[in-house]
Amino acid sequence: MRNPALHHAKLPTVTLGRLFIYASLIAMAALYLMPLWVVLLTSFKTTADIRTGNLLSLPDVWVLDGWLKAWSSACTGVSCNGISGYFINSSVMVLPAVAISTLLGALNGYVLSMWRFKGSELLFGLLLFGCFIPFQVILLPMAQTLGWLGIANTTAGLVLVHVIYGLCFTTLFFRNYYQALPGEIIKAARLDGAGFFTIFWRIVLPLSRPIIMVTVIWQFTAIWNDFLFGVVFSAGDNQPMTVALNNLVNTTTGAKEYNVDMAAAVLAALPTLLVYFVAGKYFVRGLTAGAIKG
Amino acid sequence: MLLAHPQTASRPWRWSLSLERALPKLVLAPSLLLALVCIYGYMAWTGYISFTSSSFLPNYEFTGAGQYLRLLENDRWLVACKNLALFGVLFIGISLLLGVFIAILLDQQIRAEGALRTIYLYPMAISFIVTGTAWKWILNPSLGLEKLAHDLGWSSFTFDWLTNPDKAIYTLIIAAVWQSSGFVMAMFLAGLRGIDASIIKAAQLDGASKPRIYLRIVLPCLRPVFFSAIMVLSHIAIKSFDLVTALTAGGPGYSTDLPALFMYAHAFTRGQIGLGAASAMMMLAGVLAILVPYLYSELRGKRHA
Repeated sequence: MRNPALHHAKLPTVTLGRLFIYASLIAMAALYLMPLWVVLLTSFKTTADIRTGNLLSLPDVWVLDGWLKAWSSACTGVSCNGISGYFINSSVMVLPAVAISTLLGALNGYVLSMWRFKGSELLFGLLLFGCFIPFQVILLPMAQTLGWLGIANTTAGLVLVHVIYGLCFTTLFFRNYYQALPGEIIKAARLDGAGFFTIFWRIVLPLSRPIIMVTVIWQFTAIWNDFLFGVVFSAGDNQPMTVALNNLVNTTTGAKEYNVDMAAAVLAALPTLLVYFVAGKYFVRGLTAGAIKG
Repeated sequence: MLLAHPQTASRPWRWSLSLERALPKLVLAPSLLLALVCIYGYMAWTGYISFTSSSFLPNYEFTGAGQYLRLLENDRWLVACKNLALFGVLFIGISLLLGVFIAILLDQQIRAEGALRTIYLYPMAISFIVTGTAWKWILNPSLGLEKLAHDLGWSSFTFDWLTNPDKAIYTLIIAAVWQSSGFVMAMFLAGLRGIDASIIKAAQLDGASKPRIYLRIVLPCLRPVFFSAIMVLSHIAIKSFDLVTALTAGGPGYSTDLPALFMYAHAFTRGQIGLGAASAMMMLAGVLAILVPYLYSELRGKRHA
């Protein structure tokens, strides 16, 4: 491309081609943004406005009715207290679940990469398989077990389930990351007499910032967005946000209020979208790491 | 192998040394054991239940493969499998085409690439329930796209896919492609960035056109990325549960039923645990049918590399 003659000769076709490229990219971007735009517009309309206008028309008057109702008084199944309680449920569930699964994943990955023993690779392979199974094969026994433990339909039960099945991914992330660290650091530390936990806290963990970010974001997104575990292992007032949103949208009593549905949808999407826009780099890294290695 | 500690410790240290040596295993044991029991133990449990006549409660009396036979005769299950095949093929195919196309366009030294990439990928951060809710509204037969087209002057336009049993499955495909094609884009963009630029330059000097270079040289180099993407997408397809619940709930009738929805309905709302377990095992078999050849080729590739 630096060759001026070559560049010059191709100039006309190049500009036309580039016009096509930019036009396609922008058209696609508009298409991808359209649902979010429609959802936001609808959430600020009145129900009358929704019936007279269309998907892309701006609200006649911008109102917060939909948002207020979604938050505090919309009906989700039997109760009519809005989604605020479920939003809190999800928050209370996601924090310990992410923290515990990340910490355990870091410890597991540390052992499986730096303190390998006979059979440890096999154990890792067995655990890895857990990333792939359709969770339908564990739902029934898990429901039974949670019942035996007395934590069926509680947030604690959901946290436990998310930790157990999140371990497959978190261990994978940390193990692959630690595998790539130079082994000399650890060997030197060990010759100096540093023990298992000293090396972990003093040397390995301070080097783990990027992979902790990736794992936390991955787990946060996966757990916040989960629906299957939520709908199977929780009931009534203990349900997470995704289940409540689905109940709200599919509650058939009375006239449909699309502004309320859309406001609730935005609220359910807000935490993960925020994380994505703030730390998208790590989100993408987790996706590709989980996909290519997993 | 890193465990080879120098054996020079004197006697008083021996006990603490062996503790130190067992420590990694002690740290690993609880969480790993728990996870493995909850994967393999539970899989075996579900497998066993699928050979019993359990209905509302698990019943441990072995009754043979009756549930699987019932499954094969169950019209709803067959519809669910047919839907999964159609949904899987179109969802994977369109996502791949779209993702590869966008990735190649983005790879042409585009201004504001970062912003565009962020836009294409943001649906991936959203729950399928939210995606389903949004598209259910957009595709609403009277107030959605149809009304938009009417207001724009296209008065004969009708769009009733959500309520049309023959077309409803395609609404799932639209929403799923919207959610996941950005992810394909990200994978391929990463792959494209890994390709040696000198190959492309050399082909360009030979007079090959850009589209030809991509079709003949670049995309064949990205074969592994294709395989990974197909792996992930088929995985998403088989597990699809949230999206169909939120968008069509399997309806109209059970025209958009999928295996995951079938399993949930029978195991948890219709009191047919045995049949639900059998359908879950069939889903596992489906995942294995894709996973095993993939892992096999991966491992073989590594050994030969």
